[in-house]
Amino acid sequence: MGISDSDVAHIEALSMLRLESDEAELFKGQLNDILLYIDKLNELDTSDIEPTSHVIPLTNVFREDVLVTMSLSQDEALKNAPDASKGFYRVPKIIE
Amino acid sequence: MKTNMKTYETVIGLEIHAQLSTKTKIFCSCPTQFGSVPNTQTCPICIGMPGVLPVLNKKVVEFVIKAGLATNCTISKHSRFARKNYFYPDLPKGYQISQFDLPLCQRGSLTVGDKIININRIHIEEDAGKNIHDSSDIHSLVDLNRAGVPLMEIVTEPDIASPLEAGAFMRKLRAILRYLEICDGNMEEGSLRCDANISLRPIGQKELGVKAEVKNLNSFRYVEKALEYEIERQTKILTDGGRIIQETRLFNTQSGKTISMRSKEESHDYRYFPEPDLVPIEVSDQWINEIRETITELPDQKTARFVRDYKLPSYDADLLSLEKYTADWFEEAVRLGGDSKQVSNWMMGELMRLLNEKNLSLDKSPLKPNLLVDMLKLVTDGTISGKIAKTVFEDMFNTGKSASEIVKEKGLVQISDLGELDTVIDEIIKSNSKEYERYKAGETKLLGFFVGLVMKATKGKANPKLLNSTLQKKLST
Repeated sequence: MGISDSDVAHIEALSMLRLESDEAELFKGQLNDILLYIDKLNELDTSDIEPTSHVIPLTNVFREDVLVTMSLSQDEALKNAPDASKGFYRVPKIIE
Repeated sequence: MKTNMKTYETVIGLEIHAQLSTKTKIFCSCPTQFGSVPNTQTCPICIGMPGVLPVLNKKVVEFVIKAGLATNCTISKHSRFARKNYFYPDLPKGYQISQFDLPLCQRGSLTVGDKIININRIHIEEDAGKNIHDSSDIHSLVDLNRAGVPLMEIVTEPDIASPLEAGAFMRKLRAILRYLEICDGNMEEGSLRCDANISLRPIGQKELGVKAEVKNLNSFRYVEKALEYEIERQTKILTDGGRIIQETRLFNTQSGKTISMRSKEESHDYRYFPEPDLVPIEVSDQWINEIRETITELPDQKTARFVRDYKLPSYDADLLSLEKYTADWFEEAVRLGGDSKQVSNWMMGELMRLLNEKNLSLDKSPLKPNLLVDMLKLVTDGTISGKIAKTVFEDMFNTGKSASEIVKEKGLVQISDLGELDTVIDEIIKSNSKEYERYKAGETKLLGFFVGLVMKATKGKANPKLLNSTLQKKLST
């Protein structure tokens, strides 16, 4: 099957990235290598194996709806943000 | 005349997001309170720091099972979460934890009027943060307090045939969610919001037409208005021989129109996959039964019981059952001895009017059921007239005082004493001799003129029955 130029463009758009043409070429190659590796797994016969989404045999792990005061302060919450203003994260304008 | 005009029918499906009334968020212990200082209700889990793990709030599962049972859904024995991947500044992890192929509830229905609206599914998901677009041209602001607040999404089948039916479905659903105490239904605060899919097709055609999706409708009226506008817009395009484009549209509440929101439609590709950080949910029959037992009487059952037990017209019963608090208020008044139809009339009339005027909800009303019942007794035993009762009622509403107190303070006791009324009537006849002569000459409709004058003179306190009979007698002599 393989990754085409338009696949790369699609992923680029989904990832909100802007790639130079040589980068796009580089990633196309790398993505194809990854797919080739996955194809290797397809060589295995899995007809007798149940599909699984979770590897640990656990279900129903819950917590109770109890308020624990462990929220971050506003300062702490915003500390890692590249930009903040008036107690908010500040991001490039979102066009609606 | 031959015409190409076809008649179209409307097909509507709704996707409704309801915020669950839990104390804490869905995957962490942060509070869910609305309107707090921005970015003060977050933690490393809900703002998507590396290396954290979500842990599911049990209440969320219970609430959604409750919703499923109340809407005749099948509860999935086996259910799991999925990642919905997209980039947006209000989504710190870069994906929303939702449910995809194995939702918690499936195939339900709600009856609206005489019509059954089928529900495709109800699933659990987390809310995103809030973007604020202030005056700046180059920046937007993000508040993540809402990120990770639990939601359920209720998806109907395209069974809805008109904007009014869509509104009725929403109202019914809201009433049920509030009865179950799993969602406060506050649409202004966004606790209940709706995306509507709408398409038209020529009557008789089986396959669906191309749809438009109108996003984020946060009032019943907006749902109805936006859909009405869409019908108009799509009908015009189709009758002009055009094609509907499948797209997302936004409702502009100012203009009453929907506008295309074509921005990122092309790139919608959520690449759902099973959420590896959360284990599946298994729901046993025992768990379902335990939850079923906590469900109390729902609006439809209450309406039926009110009609049966209190002999109310179904219109009254419907209105009184819409809110549990209103229904309880009504039943309390009846229990205290109020006549059911009288209580209903006062509640739906004067009480609703005053509450609307003051923009209050019933639980904030100073007027309690016992006050209404006491007042009704004064009307029944003739102490006050029905007309005066309105004044007394408004005073009770404003002050919380009892009817007898108000009647005493303001001297509003009805004049049922013949002697006292006689004097007033005699005086009025004397000072209106012209009208008196005309009445005697056969112009009997002047009775109303005299009644009005006596009522004015007695400040409305004259016993109407007594007044009428005495006046007629006196005028005829």
